[in-house]
Amino acid sequence: MNPHHGGVGWAVLDAVAVLVLAAGAAGYAAALWWSRHRSPWPPGRTVLWFAGLGCAGAALLGPLARAAHGSFPAHMVVHLLLGMAAPLLLVLAAPVTLVLRALPVAGARALTRFLRTPPVRAVTHPVVAGTLDAGGLWVLYTTGLYAAMHASALVHAAVHAHVLLAGYLFTAAVAGADPDPHRASFRLRAAVLIGFLAVHSVLAKRLYGNPPPGVGTADAQLGAQVMYYGGDAVHVALLVVFFARWYAAGRPRAGAAVARASRVSPPSRRRPGPRARRRAPRAGPG
Amino acid sequence: MADASAARSGRAPEPADPAGQDRRGVLAGVLLGAGIAASVVDLAVFHLILHWHHFYDLSTTGVALFSDGLFHAFGWFVTVGSLFLLADVRRRGPAPWGRWTGGLLTGLGGFQLLDGVVLHKVLRIHQVRYDVDLLLYDVTWIGSAVLALTVGLAVLHRTRPAR
Repeated sequence: MNPHHGGVGWAVLDAVAVLVLAAGAAGYAAALWWSRHRSPWPPGRTVLWFAGLGCAGAALLGPLARAAHGSFPAHMVVHLLLGMAAPLLLVLAAPVTLVLRALPVAGARALTRFLRTPPVRAVTHPVVAGTLDAGGLWVLYTTGLYAAMHASALVHAAVHAHVLLAGYLFTAAVAGADPDPHRASFRLRAAVLIGFLAVHSVLAKRLYGNPPPGVGTADAQLGAQVMYYGGDAVHVALLVVFFARWYAAGRPRAGAAVARASRVSPPSRRRPGPRARRRAPRAGPG
Repeated sequence: MADASAARSGRAPEPADPAGQDRRGVLAGVLLGAGIAASVVDLAVFHLILHWHHFYDLSTTGVALFSDGLFHAFGWFVTVGSLFLLADVRRRGPAPWGRWTGGLLTGLGGFQLLDGVVLHKVLRIHQVRYDVDLLLYDVTWIGSAVLALTVGLAVLHRTRPAR
């Protein structure tokens, strides 16, 4: 596992990463510009988007990305940034809501229709998204894929794209800020979240004693602990977001809520059901 | 305290359902106690400060590893969730602090007892400490768990709502 400086494939990979990050930054900025006549966009969300891109950039380019070619602990830091921290920040920036505000009505309707097509519904379901994310990690660290991603730029790119996208889908399915006409129930999302946290910690502990081929014992032990404790830190942040949504959804409303308060107690039940949300798909701020 | 928070937010508290407030207050305490025992005590005290618990025991079986992971995930989930539940109780009316404290001790003691008896002794997933005579450690662990559980149940009994 040498650092592959100078290979054409690796140079292309860096260029693609720069282009993707630049497109993400430019796209968000353009959507902000096109929706400037609407109600003000919370500045915190813009900060979160660029912080998320920054996390992804630190993971894909620069000294950390180079170190990750030869060092398992550095690879784990990349994994935490790209697969967990960046997706959480990007999801909290509510990019779909922003794009819906920026598009003309016909375009927004088309996007909403696309988001309701069966394939999109399937991959944004918590069970599917959680399985894609956790399953991808399991395959990466228990098969020869880990060694392959350091031998081939193409495999490297595919693994990184999967880690970022699956992380985004999982985070959005469990604690998304964007409107989701088919948001799964609180219980299902809670069960998927607990299952994912459990699989992540089991995998981290397994790596301690059973590293992927080509990783030395000391590197594996340090990397496994980075995955376990670093994963805990991001998971606690994810849990805070998850429960903050539950808390906000159960806000007692003055007046109107008084009649309902007597019969509905758990806040999760007070969210509008899927039927109500279908009629109002653009339930974001704005 | 709850009145103060309602005044700060400029919102009249909803007509509280006293039985529901009481039940949810106790539940928030029990879950936080169990969550702290499962996540914070184990992680901070035994892994990071004392280094008595090993990160990974090479003899650990797959089942033990998986149950450990599930406990770990559950611990963080209820730690964070119970704090939001307490916040929800507080915004709906006066928080039953006595009931919450009783629940907290009950949850803490109950979980440590479960951990000390079922996980350490029956399933033998891991021990309190390694390479030492375990009796003193087990007696201390289980004794402190029983003490917290007893005090918690006593507090819950003394603060039970009059019916």
